[in-house]
Amino acid sequence: MTHASAVYASPEVPGFGIDPWWLVVAKAVIIFAFLVVMTLFSIWWERRVVARMQHRIGPNRVGPQGLLQSLADGIKLALKEDIIPKAADKLVFVLAPIISVTPAFLAFAVMPFGPEVTIFGHETHLQLTDLPVAVLYILAVASVGIYGIVLAGWSSGSTYPLLGGLRSSAQMISYEVAMGLSFVGVFLYAGSMSTSQIVEAQTQYWYAILLFPSFVIYVISMVGETNRAPFDLPEAEGELVGGFHTEYSSLKFALFFLAEYVNMVTVSALATTLFLGGWHAPFGLTSIWAGANEGWWPVLWFVIKVLLFIFFFIWLRGTLPRLRYDQFMRLGWKVLIPAAIAWLVMVATVRALNTEYQFDSRQVLLYGGVVLVVLLALTFVWDLVAARRQPAEAPEVEVEFDPMAGGHPVPPMPGQQLPALTAVGAGETSATPEGKDDR
Amino acid sequence: MHSYAPILVLAALSFGFAVFSIGAGALTGPKRFNRAKLDAYECGIEPTPQPVGGGRFPVKYYLTAMLFIVFDIEIVFLYPWAVAFDSLGIFGLVEMVLFILTLLAAYAYVWRRGGLEWD
Repeated sequence: MTHASAVYASPEVPGFGIDPWWLVVAKAVIIFAFLVVMTLFSIWWERRVVARMQHRIGPNRVGPQGLLQSLADGIKLALKEDIIPKAADKLVFVLAPIISVTPAFLAFAVMPFGPEVTIFGHETHLQLTDLPVAVLYILAVASVGIYGIVLAGWSSGSTYPLLGGLRSSAQMISYEVAMGLSFVGVFLYAGSMSTSQIVEAQTQYWYAILLFPSFVIYVISMVGETNRAPFDLPEAEGELVGGFHTEYSSLKFALFFLAEYVNMVTVSALATTLFLGGWHAPFGLTSIWAGANEGWWPVLWFVIKVLLFIFFFIWLRGTLPRLRYDQFMRLGWKVLIPAAIAWLVMVATVRALNTEYQFDSRQVLLYGGVVLVVLLALTFVWDLVAARRQPAEAPEVEVEFDPMAGGHPVPPMPGQQLPALTAVGAGETSATPEGKDDR
Repeated sequence: MHSYAPILVLAALSFGFAVFSIGAGALTGPKRFNRAKLDAYECGIEPTPQPVGGGRFPVKYYLTAMLFIVFDIEIVFLYPWAVAFDSLGIFGLVEMVLFILTLLAAYAYVWRRGGLEWD
């Protein structure tokens, strides 16, 4: 790649950092508004879709189709009392939602919405700014958001938030490793970390196809990274009440909610940018309609792709039960990380051999990718088989059944027979005692 | 450094929004004092007394954090290598495979010693 050396030469990506101040402010305000509207829309959409999946109707009263429901909820939250618990560390308690929500917005500064357009006679990219290290910047900013969560949990001075905050941070850092490793293949192919150049490099092939295992690993880890179902262990209601935000109320709680949904939009947008061709029109559309990648249309493709990812998040939540914590950590550390490293070494080898000796790398990568995905799937199948074998090894067949154990009636366990209701007295054993366990 | 300035604009905007929301939340909501309301939430029972600093938690979390640092630093080395890959050629590949193998030895050790088990 020729532009790789150009990136080192200058600390700026060509074509960026030349906007007049009013355009910068306008873009910032539009990105901010876009994220807030996406949040309000996603909450409503999630509730409607999950309701449909569960044969309910969902919110449909406030506004057309209930579209204003999340806005109404926000206003309701603003009118609730802002409680700071007695045991809380007051300063950190107030700072935590700010630390959580600010970086969530910041990651979008380098997200490309579209190509160059003309706004009031100014040639400009539909992107607030771009850096030679844009994706690294996104990772860095996203990591700051974890501080908000762990500080919220710690400063509440309460048991559930502390454990929820710890779980959140452990989960996020575990999946960040797999996430970071899945990016390396993209940088290798694009020869750049700048988001606009990565999108540019995907004009012909989307990296979701070329680097399919990277894409799969990224999609799994982005769900873990955002603490969403089925990886929503930090907010497991049955164990931890609300997790790190148990003690938060009023608009502080709303800010955490906002941060969560903005993060969801951010990881979806990042997946779109790095793997699904960013703002490029869907496959085949350009052959029918040549102007699909010009002007303002790319914004539409970008938003559609992001919304598809958000639908995927909702779908997961409506479908899968929550994982256990040990299963979750095992998936992250023992499956995703080795798979990501193996794939990375393979991509690098094929790429190096290709540049040195020139042979068709695409087929090798494609076959290798298929093999890796099959291996990944096999680990899941193996887990399932192992789980199914477990109960067969230790069948709890206790022939003896005392229907009045301890003086009150008890139901039979699986494998036990309810005796005929003849003379059953308190504490009396009606079954034959030959099946006594010999342990 | 002109391309970094727009980030500050967005940062100011979102930070201002967050501070404004927290300030507004204190003004728009009611204030009714109630001793029980200010206690730590514990499903309605008397809250467990907490030692200063939040109490103890499993040491596994420390281990996870340390492992994260090891692998994250590996990733930080991988990024510039990946960007410059085409100009490094076979030499860069061999170097990085050696680096990854060194880390994999540590990874295998942690795995064998049960550092990745969570129970």
